[in-house]
This record gives sequence, structure tokens and C-alpha cells, in this order.
Amino acid sequence: MTGKSPAQPIRIMVSPSENTLHTAYDSKIEGNVIVTRVDAAINWMRKNSLWPMPMGLACCAIELMATASSRFDISRFGMEVMRFSPRQSDVLIVSGTVTYKMALAVKRIWDQMPEPKWCVAMGACASSGGMYRSYAVLQGIDRLIPVDVYISGCPPRPEALIEGLMKLQKKIEGEESTMAQKKEFLDQIS
Amino acid sequence: MAAEDDVKKLREVFGAKVLDTTEFRGEQTLRVELGVLHDVLQKCQAELGYEMILDVSSLDHFGDDPRFEMVYEIATVDDSKHLRVKARVSEEETVPSVTDIWPGADWHEREVWDMMGIPFSGHPNLKRILMWEGYPFYPLRKDFPLAGRPSDMPDVAFTGVAPLEGGPFVTCAGGEDTVRREPRARVLE
Repeated sequence: MTGKSPAQPIRIMVSPSENTLHTAYDSKIEGNVIVTRVDAAINWMRKNSLWPMPMGLACCAIELMATASSRFDISRFGMEVMRFSPRQSDVLIVSGTVTYKMALAVKRIWDQMPEPKWCVAMGACASSGGMYRSYAVLQGIDRLIPVDVYISGCPPRPEALIEGLMKLQKKIEGEESTMAQKKEFLDQIS
Repeated sequence: MAAEDDVKKLREVFGAKVLDTTEFRGEQTLRVELGVLHDVLQKCQAELGYEMILDVSSLDHFGDDPRFEMVYEIATVDDSKHLRVKARVSEEETVPSVTDIWPGADWHEREVWDMMGIPFSGHPNLKRILMWEGYPFYPLRKDFPLAGRPSDMPDVAFTGVAPLEGGPFVTCAGGEDTVRREPRARVLE
């Protein structure tokens, strides 16, 4: 462009009006504010930053690793931050056969995870014991910890795991944690 | 020198203590009394060149007496010879450990102890290898149900009974169609 004065500062304005000082309405903020419910905002933040705790116990863990790597890339969904400490993770992905010898260790890791937390049972073994109808295998991790999403497959393909995690995101979207807290508080004082 | 010559030699040395020898497709099997089992294996390792123990396993002949049977698979390192030594064990008897002959027998014997409940004498570290200490059953015994038995050790582990849904599922080889061949709950004759 020609004829532009070099002394003129660059101004970023949302509203074309410069006269905003004497009004309660601040047009500089307009367009930068979203009105929403607290629950919706919290859920939006939670679901797009799920930090998984990989509980790789058998061959499903190989598919879990493939899911995390570049070909399938769960960082597209904000889940790439695999944490090997339960205290830093949100979602426990139980991928593989849970033997009775391992069962209480899985439970212990689940107990160490801070709320809010979710659990995904990946594959037939974690969901139901799978083909291992045996003295040595726990018949589904849901006998010990609450499971949010079950993924079928033996093992499930990475796409199936991603689908499961997206189902989990859908589930998180519908949560009403502050409303539940408020209700609990109102029940207490009444 | 082949394994069959070793079998002959062992028969000469131990006489009637070697109960039975069989050959099947070139595999030599030697059945001995439990009392000379350690001596036989010692001789195999020290004089006949069987430097390596491949496997120690056990069988449960439930209903027979003696009930159990130990099976030792031994071989030379260059794989020129392979010998199988068996010995029957009753429920009250203890098997002499061969960890002093082959240190590699350590974990095999622990597995036999864990799964079948056959005790070994002279083993340096005879404790369970797959299940936890305190698990009350021996899962590979014939009188242990496939679905398992409930048990509970607080803070260690618990077990439950697996739903078999009419199983165990059995594959039927040579069935007419896929439905008849695939694994399904069947009544075993």
C-alpha cells in the first residue's frame, strides 16, 4: 500500500470504534470472550488433554505403542503425553491380559492416580479375560476397577483404540462435575 | 557314540534299577527307579557328555500309584545326543534336585514344584516361580479344575473361578465343515 504514514502505530482492534473509554461496554473485549458453562469449559479442557497411563501387559501393548507412534499419532487428540507415573496421568489404558498375580498391582496404580480419572479396557483380555478361561487370569479388569470404555479386538487395531479414546472424549463432554459438586453442597446445607 | 550306546552302558551299570528303555523314532527314553535317578543323571553329565539340561517336566498319572512322573530331557551341547530320563514319584516322596549337576535345572524344578507340587531335596531356592507364595493349590494336577478355585491372600493376590460357559472349547480336527471344526463347547467322550 502506498501513502501510509510510517509514524502511525499498528493497532489491533476488534471494533472499528476507538471511542470506548466512557462506556461500560468494552468493545476491545468483544469477540475475545466466550460465554459458556463452567462444566462445559472444564470438560473441553479435560478431554483435549488426556494423559494416558499405559498399562501394557500383553500383545495389546504393541498396538498401543503403534497408536502412539507417528503412523497413527494420538497427539492429534491431545493424548500423546504418555506418563509412566500414575500421579501424572488421567486415563489408565489397561492393554493386555491381567493375571491374578498382576491384578492388585494394576489396582494399586489405579488408586495412585489423582481424580478425575478414567479407565479404558483395551482388548478382549482386559475386558473379559478373553480366551483365558483359566485359574491364572482375572476375568475382566472391571472386577477390580470401574471401566469407562471397553474396546473389542484381540488385539484391537490402533484405529479401534483411537475410536475408544474418542468415545471416552464424548463421555467426558457430558460430565457435570461442578453441577454435581453444587448439588452435593446444597444437600449438605439443607 | 550315540545315545543308544549310552542306554546300554547305563543298563550295565545300574542293572535292574533301570526299569525300562524305549526307542521311538530314534529318541531314547530311560525309565529308572527314583532311588538311582540322581546317580544316573550324575553319570550322564560327568561321564557320557550330557552337559546340558533342556527341560525338567512332570506328569500326573491321577489314579495310578505312584502318582507322578519326572521327565528329564538332557543333551550334549553340540546336539549329537539326546536322552530322556523318567522316574515315577509317589505323593509322599521327594525328588533329589539336580541343580548340583546342572545349575540350569533350578527354575525348571521350581516350576515343577509350583505347578505340580512335587518337592525337591537339596534345591537351593525352592519357592514358587509363577504363582505367589501362599497360593494353596497346584494348578497342573489332574484333580484341579480347569476353571480354577477361589483363593484369597489379602494384599498379595486373589483368584476366582473362570466362567467356562459349557466349555472347555475343543477343536475337532477333520470335521466335515467349519462349524464342526472350529473350537466349541463339546462333550468329550
